[in-house]
Amino acid sequence: MFGKLTLDAIPYHEPIIMVTVAGIIAGGLAVVAGLTYFRLWKPLWSQWLTSVDHKNIGIMYVLLAMVMLLRGFADALMMRSQQMLASTGGPGYLPPEHYDQIFTAHGVIMIFFMAMPFIVGLMNLVVPLQIGARDVAFPYLNNLSFWLTAAGAVLINVSLAVGEFARTGWLAFPPLSELAYSPGVGVDYYIWSLQISGLGTLLAGVNMITTILKMRAPGMTMMRLPIFTWTTLCANMLIVAAFPILTATLAMLSLDRYLGMHFFTNDGGGNQMMYLNLIWAWGHPEVYILILPCFGMFSEVVATFSKKRLFGYKSMVYATVCITILSFMVWLHHFFTMGSGANVNAFFGITTMIISIPTGVKIFNWLFTMYRGRVQMTPPVLWTLGFLVTFTIGGMTGVLTAVPPADFVLHNSLFLIAHFHNVIIGGVVFGCMAGFNYWFPKAFGFKLDERLGKISFWCWLVGFYLAFMPLYALGLMGMTRRMNHVDNPLWHVYLQVAMVGAAIILLGIVTQIAQIAVSIQNRKALADHTGDPWDGRTLEWAVASPPPFYNFARTPVVHGRDAFWEEKQAGRGPAPLPNYAEIHMPRNTGTGVILSAIAAVLGFALIWHIWWLAIASLAAAVVAAIGHSFNENRDYYVPSDVVARTEGAYFEQLKAQEI
Amino acid sequence: MSIQTPLSGAQLDLVADHEHHHDAASTTILGFWIYLMSDCILFAALFTGFAVLRGSTAGGPGAKDLFDLSYVAIETALLLVSSFTYGMAMINAEKGRRNAVLVWLGFTFLCGLGFMGMELHEFGELIERGAGPDRSAFLSSFFTLVGTHGLHVTAGMIWMVTLVGHVLRRGLTEANVTRLACLSLFWHFLDIVWIGVFTTVYLLGVA
Repeated sequence: MFGKLTLDAIPYHEPIIMVTVAGIIAGGLAVVAGLTYFRLWKPLWSQWLTSVDHKNIGIMYVLLAMVMLLRGFADALMMRSQQMLASTGGPGYLPPEHYDQIFTAHGVIMIFFMAMPFIVGLMNLVVPLQIGARDVAFPYLNNLSFWLTAAGAVLINVSLAVGEFARTGWLAFPPLSELAYSPGVGVDYYIWSLQISGLGTLLAGVNMITTILKMRAPGMTMMRLPIFTWTTLCANMLIVAAFPILTATLAMLSLDRYLGMHFFTNDGGGNQMMYLNLIWAWGHPEVYILILPCFGMFSEVVATFSKKRLFGYKSMVYATVCITILSFMVWLHHFFTMGSGANVNAFFGITTMIISIPTGVKIFNWLFTMYRGRVQMTPPVLWTLGFLVTFTIGGMTGVLTAVPPADFVLHNSLFLIAHFHNVIIGGVVFGCMAGFNYWFPKAFGFKLDERLGKISFWCWLVGFYLAFMPLYALGLMGMTRRMNHVDNPLWHVYLQVAMVGAAIILLGIVTQIAQIAVSIQNRKALADHTGDPWDGRTLEWAVASPPPFYNFARTPVVHGRDAFWEEKQAGRGPAPLPNYAEIHMPRNTGTGVILSAIAAVLGFALIWHIWWLAIASLAAAVVAAIGHSFNENRDYYVPSDVVARTEGAYFEQLKAQEI
Repeated sequence: MSIQTPLSGAQLDLVADHEHHHDAASTTILGFWIYLMSDCILFAALFTGFAVLRGSTAGGPGAKDLFDLSYVAIETALLLVSSFTYGMAMINAEKGRRNAVLVWLGFTFLCGLGFMGMELHEFGELIERGAGPDRSAFLSSFFTLVGTHGLHVTAGMIWMVTLVGHVLRRGLTEANVTRLACLSLFWHFLDIVWIGVFTTVYLLGVA
């Protein structure tokens, strides 16, 4: 009846897990109670959960990312403290089987459920506005994409309370991830949470490419696209080209585990190195999926706050496209030690070094944009400056590990861990924070508190260096990754410093939460009535903050790069129109929520081998999807007087500002 | 989907049909193309797996011992014919002949059903002879590649029945013709993938 699922699956004997789970359940109940008490269920359902508005979906993505950041960071703190405590001979407080789950969950959560939703959320929020569109190409699909991602996140959190998570590391290399060595449900949780959220990501990629290619405002040629939109386009092309490889690879692993196949097993002719090749053929483009949009965000921030056109727009576009293509030609540098021979390793070493050239072009473009600009030291700019220094260091250690002989020494050492945190925190996290501070007023209509934003930045920056510079040293001294305990007393002090660094990052996160709370408290004083709080350059600043649900009362016409800036320079800011036409908009739908809920149940059933439930939920998903295709009540027209009233309110606000 | 209202004097240096009334259809079809390309990469990964593992028979039977080319030729013919019949359905859809569309879709469905029947029969026979997917890495990759194609064909058939329902309900509306066009792309795409399967798995396997 319940497959492998019994009451023993709940880890009663693990006090840390039980307290966490109790906390999550208590928090969840508090939210449910609050929603019920304030009668918020209906508006929540009709205005948010079922929303097909790209702005709402973007906000929900970012919210999911922030919640998962807390979870992933809790894992990080546990690892840091365990290694510090267990480097003087003691066992620490985390037994190996728990510690292994923690480092796996940390990696999976931070990449798939923190970085990805954060990036996809900001793309969703901003890109349609930047290209002068009313929504994405497929609004319903957009809602489904978000909920599939959320369903994956739910599964990974369920693994905390019911069963276990994988103990394999974040890419689940076989043969360790095969049934013979991981007989539990941990790897199955890993597989199905990634398959479900991966489907959401793929659909989001298809959606975003179509949006950018088809929905641009008249006059917005490809070489007039804002750089963030360009990088989004390239990142989504990478999603569409790379995620199917992940799907296929995880499918092969699950066939090994479920049907006794032999893709990657030790016996039957399986080939583990094929898994490594396939997963990194997805995995390396994946890091560019994350970093390219961040490059776009930094470009927007630098140009806006330097009050200058971006230096070298064309070279920026070409560099982005080069990186997009090259990202598929470097995957083997993740396993030089596989033994492919000197020629193959040399090829991939060289392509890896080449990829740093377009990245270097970008760094200089940002520097030259700021050069002789009137740079305003706002939090987004601070994050950008922090990124420029940090990412450059990370890039250089990357080029260092791209030298195959050096890599043979550094492979799987803490040097590698320091390197990729150096580029992912210094690049992706700093980028997300810059973008968050930059576009927050657009999404909510008020700015974030600057002082707390700056404090948070400094905590992150200092904390980052304290936490990860010691890991470079430890790596060179020979400490390998994923160690539950070490008995070299020389390493202890470095691990102590790293722990202090992690604690300072924690302060940064707490300050960020405080920043949001204080800003909400002071939202009147921080309000942005103009829709253009930073004197922006691109079209998202040409509408009210938050934008009306239809974005643009009339599709703007674009006459150049930095479309909005050019208009302002020509003395043509936002102005009321003599009359408004009705607007064709998509209707909200609950199908995305329903389908994703079914997908989560399907995943759970497959994890625990509850076959009847798996078949039933698969059938339900097919029926729900087909049923949705017969729903013809998908769109409606916003009457022109509603548009006129909404726009009128904005222009009155604008006028009040000028007086 | 949003409808855009350009201002007068707009510099329309965009793709010509951007403001055209076929906007929704062409957007849907472009999106579907992009999805198909991602599916193509999914198959590419499975082909790669097969290419790597085709010699890893672990002492079990290999392609030469297992495959019957004339049987697979009939399978292939069924699928190719189904592409033709689907093409006929599309021609009639463009001309607005509803009944002809339904008849040709019916033929296509039957061809698909015949193909799937033959494939499942082949699978069943292999498993019976002790050459199931758990026998060796070669057979794992064979069953996965061919089976994934088969799953796609099955999904296409379910989709076809759904579209027949749509056409019966509303006739050949613009939305329904767009849906038929998407399934058409999907169906021909599966044909092309099958040509790859036929060549790399069966022809090269037996040769």
